[in-house]
Amino acid sequence: MSEGFAQAFRMIAGLDRELFEIILLSIRVSFTAVLLALLVALPFAAVLAVGRFPGRRGLIVLVNAMMGLPPVVVGLALYLLFSRSGPLGVLELLYTPTAMIIAQMVLVIPIVTAISRQVIADMHAEYDEMLRTLGASRIQMLGTVLWEARSALMTVALAGLGRALSEVGAVMIVGGNINHVTRVMTTAVALETSRGNLGLALALGLILLVLSLLVNTAVALLRSEWREAAHA
Amino acid sequence: MNARTLAPRLWLALLTALFPPLTALAGEGPFIILQSTTSTQNSGLYEAILPQFTATTGIEVRVVAVGTGQALRNARNCDGDVVIVHARAAEEAFVAAGYGLERHNLMYNDFVIVGPGDDPAGVAGAGSAAEALRAIARARAPFASRGDDSGTHKKEMALWAAAGLDPLAASGAWYRETGSGMGATLNAAVGMRAYALTDRATWISFANKDDFRILFEGDPALFNQYGIIMANPANCPDVKAEAARRFIGWMLSEAGQRAIAAYRMGGQQLFYPNAEEQGQDH
Repeated sequence: MSEGFAQAFRMIAGLDRELFEIILLSIRVSFTAVLLALLVALPFAAVLAVGRFPGRRGLIVLVNAMMGLPPVVVGLALYLLFSRSGPLGVLELLYTPTAMIIAQMVLVIPIVTAISRQVIADMHAEYDEMLRTLGASRIQMLGTVLWEARSALMTVALAGLGRALSEVGAVMIVGGNINHVTRVMTTAVALETSRGNLGLALALGLILLVLSLLVNTAVALLRSEWREAAHA
Repeated sequence: MNARTLAPRLWLALLTALFPPLTALAGEGPFIILQSTTSTQNSGLYEAILPQFTATTGIEVRVVAVGTGQALRNARNCDGDVVIVHARAAEEAFVAAGYGLERHNLMYNDFVIVGPGDDPAGVAGAGSAAEALRAIARARAPFASRGDDSGTHKKEMALWAAAGLDPLAASGAWYRETGSGMGATLNAAVGMRAYALTDRATWISFANKDDFRILFEGDPALFNQYGIIMANPANCPDVKAEAARRFIGWMLSEAGQRAIAAYRMGGQQLFYPNAEEQGQDH
């Protein structure tokens, strides 16, 4: 066990090329997936929060339920879609980082949509009357609500990032865990575990945790910035 | 520098560093997809020999490691250019059905039965693999099976049949199907103090042995032949036929076979090349 940790430490200290390749790919795939997911999910959440249309309640329940999508099922469904014999086979996406990004988007969108819908709905209820008295248009109102909710929405994005970074079932199937191409932190942990290198596997997991800590620290800094600006 | 100016800069640096254009993720250069088994990947063989092929041809080989059953299924769906697996009957059926071109012998090693050092079922004294399995069943000692339609699983089922036993009757009791790869199954076996059938290469490279050791080996029935097959372009028009042919040619050539023989772990040879023994059955 300690041998594995020692190995992991040597890899970090020696700036091991393969290790950094894997860390970098994890970051690229998951950040891209979350940012793209936000682009889709936030407008969708806003519509669900303030819109009034038939089927809205049903849609909300559906989105909330999709938060429980098992990654391995998403992976399998996308495999069937992206397989060369599948309907989207011509795109040649299987076993590429792009397929992994899509898989993580599918997993992140419901979480981000469901929670930010709640956040926006609460905020909207709070500001509705005031903004109406000020004669704000619908779009202006939504803009204000989104801006005021930014701190809570940041937490939502972090939850999405957590789901993306920690997920292994989907990226294993659509990425294939190919060395130098689609191997990310979680699939590397799975591989080292199956090789019986439990110490190294655990150490890789700790690196993932440190990564998450860094991101959350950056967000905390940004938040304190906003708070200071608000009090200025 | 105060936190006020630091935070936005940090944020910007983070964004630019972590969100490169999507195009940077796209692949480059010629490559083929090799569908193969967890046993060959876990042993580290590909990491040792594939760079030699890539250096001479410029063709990258991307390995997807799954069980033999899934590897053949993926190749049948045209998601691989070459397969390297170890279940002769399934390989020949794959070729006969038109999913693959010619099958070649590539290399071999053998399966071994591993178990707890104190060997509660007394497997070590068995005269044959069938006898060893009968001893495990008689003692109702835990046995961890792959249970995943892999080459190792197919071999295990054939051995049980040869022993005249149906372990599935005890599934969930002493017979435990992990439904996972070789390494994951060995981890489970060590955790449950269960016997397991494994290929020798995975066992030698497996790092979480605890007090487990090889308790039975050497029965000719435990022979483990690996075959290499190219996906059939008639079934999958997008197969990278030229690159796949060069890869198979190299693996079967003297250079490829020498590279396989040279791969060692802890001083032990893991795979024995036998491309020259085409058509011979073991």
